[in-house]
Amino acid sequence: MAGEGEKKPVLEMVQADGADEGCVTFVLHNEDHTLGNSLRYMIMKTADVDFCGYTITHPSESKINFRIQTRGSIPATEPLRSGLNELSDVCQHVLNTFQVSLSITYEINCPVVVQHTSV
Amino acid sequence: MAETMNIVEEIRNRVILGEYNVKNNFRIDIVHLDESTMEFDMVGIDAAIANAFRRILLAEVPTMAIEKVFIYNNTSIVQDEVLAHRLGLVPIKADPRLFEYRSTGEASAEEEGSEIDTIQLQLKIKCSRNPRATKDSADPRELYLNHMVYSRDIKWVPIGNQADVFADSVIAPVHDDILIAQLRPGQELDVIMHCVKGIGQDHAKFSPVATASYRLLPDITLLEPVEGERAERLKRCFSRGVIDIQDVAGKKVAKVVDSRLDTCSREFLRHDDLKNAVKLARFRDHFIFTVESTGILPPDVLVTEAIKVLMVKCQRFLSELDSTDLE
Repeated sequence: MAGEGEKKPVLEMVQADGADEGCVTFVLHNEDHTLGNSLRYMIMKTADVDFCGYTITHPSESKINFRIQTRGSIPATEPLRSGLNELSDVCQHVLNTFQVSLSITYEINCPVVVQHTSV
Repeated sequence: MAETMNIVEEIRNRVILGEYNVKNNFRIDIVHLDESTMEFDMVGIDAAIANAFRRILLAEVPTMAIEKVFIYNNTSIVQDEVLAHRLGLVPIKADPRLFEYRSTGEASAEEEGSEIDTIQLQLKIKCSRNPRATKDSADPRELYLNHMVYSRDIKWVPIGNQADVFADSVIAPVHDDILIAQLRPGQELDVIMHCVKGIGQDHAKFSPVATASYRLLPDITLLEPVEGERAERLKRCFSRGVIDIQDVAGKKVAKVVDSRLDTCSREFLRHDDLKNAVKLARFRDHFIFTVESTGILPPDVLVTEAIKVLMVKCQRFLSELDSTDLE
C-alpha cells in the first residue's frame, strides 16, 4: 500500500563509518513485529550470524531497525536475503500442508461442509 | 557469555530447518471447520511464525467495508457521524480478492472511484404511521412502519460492469438483522455509501476475523501415582475430561486422558499434597489456532490468505534488495 505519487523508501541501509560490510542496520518501513520477529528468527538460524535483532524505534512510527552483524567479512545483505528466502519457503510449505489437510477434511465431510471456491 | 551462547544454540535448535527440517516434523490437523469458525493445530513451528500468522489474520488480510457515507437526508435522532460510524462497522459480504485498493493521492481524492475499487450501496428508508393500527395500541411495532432500520435495508447499486461481473452473487451485508437506527414517523434516512478495500491496521472495521487466537497444548504429567481419594481430588482440580480414574488392581488410580481440554487453571497448586505430584507445562511448538470469521470470507480462505500475505511481504523486500543491489 505504498503511495504511487512519490517514491517512499521501503528499505534503507545504515552503516557505521569504518565498520566492514558485515555490520549493517536496515530500516524497514511500514513493518512491525509481524515481519520483524519472524525474520529475526529465520536469520538467527543462519550459522554465520553473530548478532541479529530488531527494534521498533517509536510505536507511532511504523518502521523497524533491523541489525545484522556477521562473523567474518560476509556482507550483511547475504543473511538478510537468505532469511527472507527461507521465510518465504516456510510459508509455502505451511500453505501446501494446510491445503492438503483441507482437502482431506473436505473428503471426509464432503456432504456436510459447504463447498466454497478455494484459491 | 556461555549462558547467552547456550540460549542462542537453543533458539537455533528448537525447530530445525534443513535436514531434519520443518518439512519433516511439521503438520497441520484441522479439528473443526464450518462456515464461520475453524480450529486447527499447527505442530512443529516456532512461536515467531505462528504469531506472525495470528497478527496478519487480525490486521493485514484485506476486506471491503463502508468508508465514505454521503448523507443526502438524515432527519433521524442518530447524528450523522454516529450513523456513519455504525455503517462502517457493518460487515459487507464481498470478496475482497476481486477488488483493487483505491489509489491514494491528490488527484484521485476527488474521483468518485471506479468499478474495480468501489462498491456503492444505498440506504433509503422513511418511517410512517401505520394506518391499520388499532386506536389504543402502544406497541411501536404495530403503530409505525419502518421504524427500525436494519442492515437488510442496505441495497447494492451496481456501478459500471459490476452487474455483469457479479451477476450470480448479490453484494449485501453479511447479516440481515443488524440494527442501525430507529426512526419515528416523518423521519427518514437517505444515504449513499462507498465501500473500499482496506486492512485492519488502518481501521478495525476492515478486520476479517471476529477474533483469531492460539494457545499452546498443555503438557500434564503425573510425577507419582495418585490413588484413592487423592485421585478424586486431583480429577476435580482439572477441567472435565482431562483426568480419568481407572481401576487398577482394586485401587483407583488417576490417569491423564486428554490434556488438550485443560484450561490450565493451576488449581492443583493450591493443594499441598497434590502440588508436587503433577508437572504442568506446555508443548512449545504445538499451537491450537481458533479462527472466527465475521462471515465475509470462510475461515480456511482467511488462513490461506494470511500465509500468502506473509509471503508477499518477504518477496517485496527481496525485490527491494535486488533492485538496490543492481544500482
